Amino acid sequence: MNETPYEIVIGLEVHVQLKTNTKLFCRCSTKFGNPPNTQTCPVCLGLPGALPVMNKKAYFLGMKTALALNCSIPKFTKWDRKNYFYPDLPKGYQTSQFDLPMSEEGYLDIKSTNDEFEPRRVRIIRAHLEEDAGKSIHDEAAGKGDSRIDLNRTGTPLLEIVSYPDMRNAAEAKTYMQELRLLLTYLDVSDCNMQEGSLRCDANVNLHIPADNGVIATPIVEIKNMNSFRSVERGIAYEAKRQYNVWQETGKVLGELPKQTRGWDDSAQVTRAQREKEESADYRYFPCPDLVPVIVTDQQIEEVGRDIGELPAALRERLETEFGLTTYTSDVIVNQGRGLVDYFLELAEASGDNKLAGNWVQGEVLRILNEQEISIDTFKLSAAQLAEMLKLIQSGDLDSSKAKDVLAVMLDSGKSAAEIVKELGIEKVDEGDLEDLCKMLVERNPRVVDDVRGGNEKAVGALIGQAKKENPNVNPGQVRQICLNIINDI
Amino acid sequence: MSLTRQDVEKVALLAKLKFDDDQLDRMTDHMIQIVEYVEKLSELNTQDVEPMAHALDIYNALAEDEPRPGLTREAALGNAPKSDEEYFRVPAVLGE
Amino acid sequence: MSIINKTATEQLALLQSREITSVALTQAYLDRINQVDPAVGAFLRVESDTALTQAAEVDRKREAGESLGKLAGLPIAIKDILCTQNTPTTCGSKMLENFVPPYNATVVEKLFSADAVILGRTNMDEFAMGSSTENSAYHPTQNPWDTSRIPGGSSGGAAACIAADMAPLSIGTDTGGSIRQPAALCGCVGLKPTYGRVSRYGLIAFASSLDQIGPLARTVEDTALLMEVLAGHDSLDSTSVDTPVPPYSETVHQPLQNLRLGVVEQHFGKGIDPEIEGAVKQAIATYQSLGATIKNLEMPHADYGIATYYIIAPCEASSNLARYDGAHYGYRADQAEVAAELAEDGSDEGPLVRMYRKTRSEGFGSEVQRRIMLGTYALSEGYYDAFYLKALKVRRLIRQDYDNAFEQVDLIIGPVTANPAFVKGEKTSDPMTMYLEDLYTVTANLAGVAGISLPCGLTKNGLPIGLQLQAAAFQEEKLLRAAQMFQHATDFHLRRPELL
Ligand SMILES: [Zn+2]
Repeated sequence: MNETPYEIVIGLEVHVQLKTNTKLFCRCSTKFGNPPNTQTCPVCLGLPGALPVMNKKAYFLGMKTALALNCSIPKFTKWDRKNYFYPDLPKGYQTSQFDLPMSEEGYLDIKSTNDEFEPRRVRIIRAHLEEDAGKSIHDEAAGKGDSRIDLNRTGTPLLEIVSYPDMRNAAEAKTYMQELRLLLTYLDVSDCNMQEGSLRCDANVNLHIPADNGVIATPIVEIKNMNSFRSVERGIAYEAKRQYNVWQETGKVLGELPKQTRGWDDSAQVTRAQREKEESADYRYFPCPDLVPVIVTDQQIEEVGRDIGELPAALRERLETEFGLTTYTSDVIVNQGRGLVDYFLELAEASGDNKLAGNWVQGEVLRILNEQEISIDTFKLSAAQLAEMLKLIQSGDLDSSKAKDVLAVMLDSGKSAAEIVKELGIEKVDEGDLEDLCKMLVERNPRVVDDVRGGNEKAVGALIGQAKKENPNVNPGQVRQICLNIINDI
Repeated sequence: MSLTRQDVEKVALLAKLKFDDDQLDRMTDHMIQIVEYVEKLSELNTQDVEPMAHALDIYNALAEDEPRPGLTREAALGNAPKSDEEYFRVPAVLGE
Repeated sequence: MSIINKTATEQLALLQSREITSVALTQAYLDRINQVDPAVGAFLRVESDTALTQAAEVDRKREAGESLGKLAGLPIAIKDILCTQNTPTTCGSKMLENFVPPYNATVVEKLFSADAVILGRTNMDEFAMGSSTENSAYHPTQNPWDTSRIPGGSSGGAAACIAADMAPLSIGTDTGGSIRQPAALCGCVGLKPTYGRVSRYGLIAFASSLDQIGPLARTVEDTALLMEVLAGHDSLDSTSVDTPVPPYSETVHQPLQNLRLGVVEQHFGKGIDPEIEGAVKQAIATYQSLGATIKNLEMPHADYGIATYYIIAPCEASSNLARYDGAHYGYRADQAEVAAELAEDGSDEGPLVRMYRKTRSEGFGSEVQRRIMLGTYALSEGYYDAFYLKALKVRRLIRQDYDNAFEQVDLIIGPVTANPAFVKGEKTSDPMTMYLEDLYTVTANLAGVAGISLPCGLTKNGLPIGLQLQAAAFQEEKLLRAAQMFQHATDFHLRRPELL
């Protein structure tokens, strides 16, 4: 870790688009990518007289996520209006949750895969539901032309997950985002596509600088527009350095400046100040009179809780303890998502060899998936088919050095491992035949025998080469062992 | 509490209204008058009173997540003061 | 006696027995509108062509023996605040001068399925903010009993068109008294239903937690007929309540036995016109003669109703009316003028924000702007607790007053207004005196309970006086039955203004 003369303090506000068919307060489709302004109705256009009715699924997806984040679920929650004017917000207010959010006080544990930081618990302040805004497309030359407004996205359900400022460097923030995304993927509550905006992140960042009389805190800056994990990491890292430089120049500390909003410019790799609004933000939150509160029962909360399933942290643990996988292997498999975990579990079960299954999934299977840029769902080889091949390896009928070739042919041809082994003529050599071959080679090479007996075991390599010429299917390890045995017995 | 002309100007900005000098004077007078009247609520002790935001105590009005047809784009843009074939058009946020 | 002097219930019977056609009835009202509305100004738009087409369709259906709705062939006037697909809906505002909704309010749908014939849209105070219909952006409405006076508001057109026999039925909305007060001042019946009884979907919001749609008519019987069509749960309105709708038009004739009426002392405090006090007390005596018992009620927070209302309603309005910013529909200030203005005053405000401000200052009238300002102020940082939150708490106290009252009595009886209709322009310069018009009516909206206004006399100058009955939530049936008892015993509802 690079040493800096300060500590970075980071809290993240993550907006997750929930995977519903319809919007939060109307029954328009939430589908991404349709032509502009083709997914609207009187409600999401904010037409006079239109009224919202809350999407049940959105509420329960929100609750499921909150429970998975170890949040508590208050029995009573309500809706508030956040008032501000913007053209992508046709009602002039965003329906959100202010003082009584649907969940609060949870946490997410994160750890580094390459020792960038100590394992850490990031506490969650709250997760609440709110509606998304539409999209404004601004003219290149600002101020010259009109902005264009598309309201397709207006009203899409969002879960805003607000963390405590518990992260201490950019890598932690990135890992938190990645772990959160993984969790959301396991829960199947969101598409989590940062490019399409279904997972978005704003960071509140400032520095704690050790000083003679305690710690100096710099003014908090909110960074927006970080549209990838990499930009989360780079944006925060950049902002930390910038704040340090500014502090050195101006000496301004927390409380001396209002909270500033800066946008991450990914092409220039810098944060830029966003123009201050005319009035200081005064959203005039108040309870939405058009929506009624939600009251849930313990039973409903329990039901949603049961629906959560095994989460990444628990799965990693289980793959290590129950299946004997290394931390690394279980991490790799679990981080790929539930699909690959299921594939592994099926493979382990069918093959009867957890470690072998783990190595193959983490190694060759994943390599092929990456190479073909596909997910495990579209991987051609079923776990049962692959298990058959692993069994051939275990029984010694297939030499593991040849197995990758067999796997490639299986993928191409769809044939079974046994068929391919036969076709390629790579069946295992008969034990008796192998003994005879080795005896012959030992007799034919007295110099190698002398060398080995003189202490140079490596000399036996020459015999392996010759054996391969005689029969390409021989297992080099076996040849080596048998020849050494014969020489030692002489 | 005394409401000043400056306060009223600030509120006008929040409310996205704009007044000339005469209007601002008149608005300030009226608001002072009304605020003085409504301040009579402070006579009441409401310490343990639950606020009442809704006229009725009803809960859980929830709809199933089933799509229903919305408006055509033509209808959506039909009342727009300015639009093109695809989008609403509004003046740029920032000036030159 | 002309057909238009009959009640809606009588007309409906004549339609059903085919003694008259809907086209003839509709034409009679259109003729009446042509004749008297130039003096009254109750309508913003008369929809003669579509009305006659609808009427002809109802006649055809009846002729063909097809099934018909409950109001089949009856003309009705609608306050210009309910969205109607492909029909301009202005809410009395310049802001929505050219607004044509792409959808129907639930109540409008209900009227269509009841086979009612929509005559046109009635005048109102802009966005329902006012008590005199002088705040309409288009023209004022005159009181048919004395055209130098206001008809009340905000549903002034809705009440005036009934009083002047320009429609047998009409629809109004009531946020703080906007049905009951004009009904009282125009001498007709107006019902504000319980909050949640009638769907608000498509009702252009003023203050969402207070607004309710309700019927106006000449008689209680007609009011019940229309109420039966309007009431009911709507899955498009989260605040709509799913509770059965009694057959009001059938039960309305059943008198209530052992009726217990409550009288609130503050309703007869200083400021009430002696003629009104006299008429209301006479009405109470009438009820006593019908077997009702009277109880004096303590409603200690009644006097705080106006203050509470004039915080809550503007707060909600300031948010509800934020959508009128010129971006997606409605009026937008001229772009070139915005640019010129910005260049002239050298402000660093962007063109978007200036467009918003110019649009809203030009599109809204002064009363609407005043309430937006009040609400914005009361919700803003540092004032929320002292104003908005405080008002919500007092609202609870007012509701508790009602809860206590309805444990003791069936209905609360009292005046609707302290004074009869005032002269136009009399209160326009002083918003606070105008606000006090709602003194006796706002508390029902705050508490969410039902209230009805019915004629109970005329002043020496020939101006109508209203009697208010209030009932607990969802007790409209009781309200209508009690009101019908009064109309059965009196003839105030039969009086007509001498117009033209
Ligand atoms: Zn919609």
